Amino acid sequence: MQSGFLILAQEAHEIQAGDGGWWADTAGIMLVLPLGAFLLILAVGKRMKYDGGEIAIGALAINAVWASVLMVLNMTEGVLTQTTFVIGRIGSGLVFELGWIVDGLSILMYFLVSVVGLLVFIYAVGYMKGDRRVPWFFAAFSLFAGSMLVLVGAPNLVQMIIGWEGVGLASYLLIGFYWEDIANVKAGNKAFLVNKVADVGLVLGAIILALAVGSFDFFDINEAAISGNAELGAVAVVGALLLFFGAMGKSAVFPLHIWLPDAMAGPTPVSALMHAATMVTAGVYLMARMFPLYQNMAQEARTPMIVLGAITLFGVGLLALVAKDIKRLLAYSTVSQLGYMMTAIAAGGYTASMFHLFTHAFFKALLFLCAGSVIHAVHSNNMSDMGGLRKYMPRTYWTWIAGSLALAGVGLSGFWSKDEILSTVGNEGYQFVMWVAIAGAFVTAFYMARATALTFHGSYKGQREPHESPSVMTVPLILLAIPTVFAGLLNIPGFSWPAIGNFTEWLAVRIVPMGDHHAESIDWLIAGIGLLAAVAGIAVGWAIFSKDRDRQEDRDLFEIPVFYPLFRRGYYIDDVALGVVGATNGPIARFVDWTNTHILDAIVNGVGMAVKHLGGFVYGVIDQRGVDGVVHGVSAAADGAGSVLRKMQTGRVQQYAASFVAGALILVVVFVFVL
Amino acid sequence: MILNQFLILAAALFAFGIYGLLVRRNIVLILLSVELMLTAVNINFIAFESVFRSSDAIGQVFTIFIITVAAAEVGIGLAIVLMIFRNRKSANVDDLRLMRY
Repeated sequence: MQSGFLILAQEAHEIQAGDGGWWADTAGIMLVLPLGAFLLILAVGKRMKYDGGEIAIGALAINAVWASVLMVLNMTEGVLTQTTFVIGRIGSGLVFELGWIVDGLSILMYFLVSVVGLLVFIYAVGYMKGDRRVPWFFAAFSLFAGSMLVLVGAPNLVQMIIGWEGVGLASYLLIGFYWEDIANVKAGNKAFLVNKVADVGLVLGAIILALAVGSFDFFDINEAAISGNAELGAVAVVGALLLFFGAMGKSAVFPLHIWLPDAMAGPTPVSALMHAATMVTAGVYLMARMFPLYQNMAQEARTPMIVLGAITLFGVGLLALVAKDIKRLLAYSTVSQLGYMMTAIAAGGYTASMFHLFTHAFFKALLFLCAGSVIHAVHSNNMSDMGGLRKYMPRTYWTWIAGSLALAGVGLSGFWSKDEILSTVGNEGYQFVMWVAIAGAFVTAFYMARATALTFHGSYKGQREPHESPSVMTVPLILLAIPTVFAGLLNIPGFSWPAIGNFTEWLAVRIVPMGDHHAESIDWLIAGIGLLAAVAGIAVGWAIFSKDRDRQEDRDLFEIPVFYPLFRRGYYIDDVALGVVGATNGPIARFVDWTNTHILDAIVNGVGMAVKHLGGFVYGVIDQRGVDGVVHGVSAAADGAGSVLRKMQTGRVQQYAASFVAGALILVVVFVFVL
Repeated sequence: MILNQFLILAAALFAFGIYGLLVRRNIVLILLSVELMLTAVNINFIAFESVFRSSDAIGQVFTIFIITVAAAEVGIGLAIVLMIFRNRKSANVDDLRLMRY
């Protein structure tokens, strides 16, 4: 089974890597720039010509250049440094550090976040023009990108959690951006709450692993995993599964994917960035960063990961077949693709997973921006209001076609990355999962054919005359189309470009060397089957949906009796979740209320009564009788003494003189006779 | 025993002074009694000085000092008496009982 596969661990120690020089030493500036832009836009965004967009773009443009330089350095010589600053201590022994890690994996993420983010930001200037609260949009958008950079630059789990929560916060703000509509607020809340549930897993996992190893540092944990640390071994599976649970929330793995389709409520650039580079990739990135833990120690954790990944890639992909909203369709597709990544990484395909993340970031950002361009033109999210846009929006159409082909896995970048996942999963011995993934590829091609046909072909069904979007929006589309087409060539199995090598080698530059199973040559059989499935999907989809009719609803006929309602309701997961929450909420609330009324209030009231009585005692006895008694006694004594003694003041001078003489006489007697 | 006779004289004068101070009701006479007591003290000073003969004549200095103070005191005292008499047509201490409780 291992024939044609190369285990990297043996050669990992021979990896030659430079330190990246000044660019890597000061890479932390990249983490701070967008956060600085966030504050700056809040302060002065309103007064600027493009509502602060230029600040956000400027910050990300610097980052993009920086990340590109690091990327090139990593391609040519490899970059491997870690810079940390001790901020404080946690308990005894654990150290809280902030800093940045610069290796192949994080450089890849810096590059994706910065470059894709920059293009999306430029696009957003055109898309958001004249909208509400644009400065706030750009501020939160910068926070979003900045938090993601903090996350991917994290050298330890604590900083990762900080970035993780920052991403969650920014996504909440952006999903609920149009908060005048209650549905958007609810979508934001849903995303936030689902993510919070998952975050519990992340935090618990981080604590468990850190306590076992004695450090939050990725280096230490992964090193311990590889060297077979016994203390870590005892908790590795639990910790790994908890971390995976955290990743499930951010990376929308079934059944915690339910927030992602609803997250479409935000402006389209937000969706593009969220689905491509910033938010949903965080979970996959965490898995990749902790890969040695899963590969060397917590193998038992991989089975549930693969199962959930396979369910996600196929089951959630099916939901895209019936989506009416073009963004929702793309959202389900994202969930499905994240399922591919999770499956691959759980199967041991670190490179395959990250490569798919890399290509997916480009073509999914492209598809979302195309969808945004379409929405901008027809002022509706629903595909029933579209159709025939090919003629009106040629640039959007052709870039969309590129993105769709890539996503479907036909020829372009998606073909290479998906094929790598298929062959890795198959070669690791998960044959069934591989066939599920091939079926998933068929479904992907099928729904993309449907979306393309309903949106761009046939005749236009909307009200207003659509128009091509302005250049500020179409240029990013074209720029994103370039890597969408060509990125796959960066990692042709067994082929290494002169001077720069290939994607596998870039990713292998890691602080902790690790074993990774990746294809050494193209597996033509699996590639052929995968391609065949995708082409079949396109053909079937085209046959069903391309025919033009009077109404879009008539074109969109795909109602399999049992499955259609099941898909429309998203397997009823939302209903189940709501039902469970609703059913348990009442009793829990009543119990809490009862506890509150009868126990907590009783305690509080008891303490209150005790304090009241104590206060009464202090006032009545100690203060009124004790302290005041002394005070009054002194004054009464002084008063009495005064009223007695003042009678001596008769005003008779000779009486005084007599007293004086008597006193003098007494003194004389004392001095003479006594002393 | 010449010192004893001086001392007896001084004691007698002092006793007369106290008697006058306590018994007389006229303010002027009371002031006179005070003067008698001062004179008794002066006699004592001079008597002791003449017997013990200190080198710096401290007894005589004190006597002169007391005479000076007494003159000033009597001056002020008589002025007060004069004002009281003008206001109240009386120089009897029994009539002057304003300063009591």
